[in-house]
Order: sequence, then C-alpha cells, then structure tokens
Amino acid sequence: MDSILKVNNVVKQYGDYTALNSVSLDVPKGSIYGLLGPNGAGKTSLIRIINQITMPDSGEVLLDGEKLKPEHVAHIGYMPEERGLYKSMKVGEQALYLAQLKGISKQEAKKQLDYWFEKLEIKGWWNKKIQELSKGMAQKIQFVVTVLHQPKLLIFDEPFSGFDPVNANLIKDEILELRDKGATVIFSTHRMESVEEMCDHIALIHKSNKLIEGKLHDVKKQYRTNTFDVGIAPYNFQQLLADINTKFKTEKADFKTLDDELKLAVTLPQGGSPRDLMQYLMQHGEVTYFVEKIPSVNDIFIQTVSQK
Amino acid sequence: MSLSLIIKREFNAKVRNKSFIVMTFLSPLLVVVMGCLVGYLASVNGDEVNKVVVYDKAGLLKSDFENTDYTVYTDLSGMSLEKAKEKASEGYLGLIYVPQVDSLPQLVNKVEYITNETPNLEYVSEIEGVVNSKLTKYNLEQLGFDSDKIDKAKTKSNIHLSKFSGEETFKEGSILKIALGGLSGYLIMMFVIIYGNMVMRSVIEEKTNRIIEIIISSVKPFQLMMGKIIGTSLAGILQFLIWAILGLTLFFVLNMVFGVQMGAASSQPEAAAATQEAMSSIQIYLSEFAKLPLATIFISFLLYFIGGYFLYSSFYAAIGAAVDSETDSQQFLLPIIMPLMLGVYVGIFTVISDPHGTVATVFSMIPLTSPIVMLMRIPFGVPMWQIIVSLLILFGTFFAVVWFASKIYRIGILMYGKKPSYKEIFKWLKY
Repeated sequence: MDSILKVNNVVKQYGDYTALNSVSLDVPKGSIYGLLGPNGAGKTSLIRIINQITMPDSGEVLLDGEKLKPEHVAHIGYMPEERGLYKSMKVGEQALYLAQLKGISKQEAKKQLDYWFEKLEIKGWWNKKIQELSKGMAQKIQFVVTVLHQPKLLIFDEPFSGFDPVNANLIKDEILELRDKGATVIFSTHRMESVEEMCDHIALIHKSNKLIEGKLHDVKKQYRTNTFDVGIAPYNFQQLLADINTKFKTEKADFKTLDDELKLAVTLPQGGSPRDLMQYLMQHGEVTYFVEKIPSVNDIFIQTVSQK
Repeated sequence: MSLSLIIKREFNAKVRNKSFIVMTFLSPLLVVVMGCLVGYLASVNGDEVNKVVVYDKAGLLKSDFENTDYTVYTDLSGMSLEKAKEKASEGYLGLIYVPQVDSLPQLVNKVEYITNETPNLEYVSEIEGVVNSKLTKYNLEQLGFDSDKIDKAKTKSNIHLSKFSGEETFKEGSILKIALGGLSGYLIMMFVIIYGNMVMRSVIEEKTNRIIEIIISSVKPFQLMMGKIIGTSLAGILQFLIWAILGLTLFFVLNMVFGVQMGAASSQPEAAAATQEAMSSIQIYLSEFAKLPLATIFISFLLYFIGGYFLYSSFYAAIGAAVDSETDSQQFLLPIIMPLMLGVYVGIFTVISDPHGTVATVFSMIPLTSPIVMLMRIPFGVPMWQIIVSLLILFGTFFAVVWFASKIYRIGILMYGKKPSYKEIFKWLKY
C-alpha cells in the first residue's frame, strides 16, 4: 500500500533529554492510524515535527514521498490536545483567518465554512465570539478549523476529549467520512476503545522509542495468547477439573452466559491447536461457549509498556 | 501572504478594541480638560485673599503695606503686642512685626513675620521687597538723590532676539521648543511602553489560549512575531495621526478664535490695553510654533517611534513568550523600563540646559535612549547627519535584537508551566 507519511530515523533532543530516539513510522494512505503511548512517550514531539513546528535533530519526514517543506502545511490539518482559539474573535472571521494562513483563498474558505456550518448545524454562530460559546461548541469550531482547508493528512490529538457522547459520535462519523473521501487520519489518544473501534493501523511509542507498528489485525495476531474462554456443562465435574489441568493451563474465567456452567480460560500448550481442545472438551461434557480471547489494544498497551 | 494576514488581524484586533477607541478620542480631551482644570485651580488658589496683621507702633512701614488683590492688611498697632498676636492667631494668616527703632536703617534685619503656617516663600520675599524699597529710598534720599526722579529713570527693557540671518526670534520660542521636545520625547516613551505591552499581552494571550500551536503549524514563529509587532505598530501610528490631526485642528481653531478676538478687543479701548498684551503673547506662541521645523519633527517622530517601538517590542515579545502570565513578566520588564526612564531624565536635565552638549549628543546616539533624547533635541535644530546616524544605529540594533528575540520567542511559546530564569533564557539562544 502507498504510504502518505514516512518518518525515517527521527531523533529529537532537548538538552540532555532524548524525546525521540531514532523513530521511524510508515502511515499508509487512507488509513486511520493510531499513535499510542503513555504520557511523555514522545508523541507530541513527533507530531510537532510532522507539523514543522520543530525540526528534527536528524532523520527526515516524507509527505507523499517529498521531504517536508513549508508549503506542506497546506496539506496537513492539526488539532492539538490543548485546544485553542482567539476568545474575543468572531467565529466566522477566525475560521477564515486560520484557513487563509494555511494558504487557501478567502472565497474557497468561505465556501468550505458554509458547507461545514450547515453540516454541523451551527449556522447561527458566524458572528458569535468564542468566549460566548460553551466548551463543547468551541470544540466543534476547533474541528471545523482543522479540516476546513481539506488537508490530505489529518492529525488529531485526543479528538474526543471535551465532547459529550452525542457530539463525540458526530465527530467520529465525520472523521470516518473524511477517511472515506480519501484523507488519512493520525490519531493520538489514550482512549483504547476508540482505537479499537476506528483504527486500522497502530504504532506504540514508549520512552522515546517505537515498540510496535503495523496493522491492528497483525499486531493482535502477534500478541495472541492462544487462550480460549470456555463454557462447559461437564458429565463429571470433579474428574474434569482434575484432568484438564494436566493437559492445559486454565484459569477461572468470567463471561456472561445464560446457563450455570463451568467457566474457564484455557491456554493451549505450545503448538497445540484449538481442535485438540475442542475435542477434549466434547468428550467431557456439553460445550456451551467457545471463543478465542483476542488481546485488546488495552492489553497490548499495558503488556508492552510494563515489560520495558 | 501570511505575514500580511497576520498584520491585518493584529491591526484589527487592536483597533476594534473598545479601549483603543476610547483612548484615542478621550485622551486628547482629557489633556485639554486637565489643562483647564489646572488653570482654573491655580486661579482659584490665586483668588484667595490672605489677611495679615501689621504691627508697627512707630508707623515706619505701615503705609507701605498696601492692600492687593491677594493680601489685605489690618493695622493693630493700637493694641499691646500680646493682644495683637492673640488676635492675629485667630482668622489671620500672620503678623508682620516692625519694632520701634530710632532710624529706618536699623530695621534691616529686624522685621519679623510671625505665622503658624509654613511661610509662602513668594510672600516672604514680597515683604522683604517692601522693606528693601523703603530703606533704599531712605538711603538714596540721605545721599541727596531725588527718589522720584530715580524711579522715573528706571527702565524695563525687553531684549530683542534674532538670528544672524535676520530672522526674529522670541523667548517664547525657547519655551515652546522645550515644551514640544519634552512632549514628543515623553510621548515616545508612553507609546513604547503602551504598545510594547500590547505586543507582550497579545503573545501571552496566544500562549494561554493555546492557539499558538495551531498558528505555528501554519506559519513560522518569526512571521507571527513580526506580524504582531508590525500590526500593533500600525495601530499606534494610526492613533498618533489622529492625535496629530486633532492637535492641528486645535491649533488652527485657536489661531482663528484669537485672531478674531483681537479685532473685537481693539474696538473697546478701555479693555483693549490689558487684553492686547495677553493676546499678543498667545499670538507670539502661535507664530513661533508655526516657525518650528514642524515637518522634521513630525517625520522624525514617526521614524523614531517606529524604530524605538520595534526595538523595544521585540524585547516585549520575547518576554511575553517566556512567561505564562502577565504577573510573571515583572522581573523581566524592569531592565526594559530603566533605559526608557533614563532617556526621559537625561532628556529633561541635559537637553534643556544644553541641547547640543556632549551628554545629550551621546544619549541621542545610543539606540535604547535615542528615540527619546533625539526627539527632545530636534526642535532646537540638530544637524541632519546626526539624525541619520542615530536612526541607522537604531534600526541596525533593531535587526540584531529581533534576531535574538525571535530565538527566545520560538522556544518560549511552546514552554508551559514554569517561569524561566535568565539563565534558561540564555540557553534558549543556543538551541
């Protein structure tokens, strides 16, 4: 797949502190790319370099195969975690100003602004000042400002913070729609459920190093533990309990079913196949539940971060 | 492209601000009102009549203390001294005690003025004047001179001033030059402080609003800083132009009003004499004002305002970037205010006594003080080469300072939470 953004061995140091230690990323075109990592991992430093707010000490960033240059700001839309707008400036004027700074003409900005104001049902806000709006309303404006110049690369830092569930959903749908129209989205967040829901690629940065990168699907495969949640109504309860532990590693499991059966999380031995487990179980009782435990992004995150 | 956008936004943000509009139109009015108020209060103060007791048993000086508009004398020589003192302490300002002596000259150091108030120096010398003239007259008569003839012989001269070119000048011209020079120097200082502060506040605002990160993901920090400085300066220049227009209008109105009244006054002969004198001095001021190198003053005011303001506002912008809130900025502002104050004091104390002396000349070359000191010198006539050299130094320094300031600015705007020390700021220069 074509990549829209390539980060090659980027190093960034602040005095003695290394914020990014030779980090490389490859963001495929049209993807929703989750950039994960604990606080202070170096995500913001990386995003600032992509936005040309700061320069890397070494390494390079390629946008669409070209080395980053000042004109590229027109192709990138950035919503920082710390939201900010001029409080005493009118909404319309402010959005036009910020869009024009990105290099598009006033007419084009106006056209886009009308489109978005209509779409988000905020038409009446044109002449309001930001200080007259609620926090959630201001966030909507912030979103519009980020996407107004139709960038092909969108970078959102914690996009859903500050939104109520209804508006968060609205913004989520807008992001997905932008992706469908051809934009690529980089997503930096701590909300693992939204990563799970939206991202198709992820990268995990921890202590200035990139630890994981790839398709979400592949990463999960890599982190699968071959553990199955199993529900069984055994013919002989005691015998099964005594016997299963000699063959498999088990733990008590907790999932919801309708019956009152024995619930176990069973891990296959090295090289074992789920078929063996299934056959074994069927010999000992009635199987009511059999699901592979897929590692959540949350699990992967915690596991990776606490390992190091 | 983006620079002009930023300049436009900053200009609009300043000019649309209510306080800008209020300040632009209200402060000239305020100056006029203050002037009238001070004048009025001074005249009220002068109108007050002081009652003073004269105690002169021998009647040596009694008749010489004549009532004036401001002082009324009461003779209590008939009472005993104690009683007179007692009476004078209630309802009178003081008591002039003339002791009984055999001959007038013995009075020289013996007249007393008794008062509980802190004696008004002007009034004390007035009393001394009365005693002096009486004694001088007496002495002259003793020597055989006719004091009346001497009085008549006394003349009051008025030195006629002119240039070698033959052009007439007036004493009033010097006063006007001092006033105008002082005013423009002071105005520059005020402008630099007010508009520099505006730049700083606008930097801090962007930082606390956190919009800074969005903006510098579109434009270079240097562009943003320069746009801010230039945009704000345009607002300042607009304000100055409005004031200049208002001032010129006032000048012409005054000229017309007093021109007309002159004609009216002369038709009433009895009042004419007194008013004519007052009128003509205003006329002298007006004509002297018209004679000043107004164009040079005006243009150099603009140039020095731009240069001085650019220089100082780069400092202000760097400070704004380094701190998180205005309260944190105080310790960094002091070193900026100091040279400005120095400029004003040097200007007032050296320029007035010797506008082209060494100290004044040197300070009108040093870029941190030159906008103020040079402007104070210009009404007295400064050689063009000095102005040009001083402007070159000023703008050269500005380019050096703006380079350093932009480095501090670039790092500072992304730093949050901690008030940096001078040491840290110097470290930023190396990043």
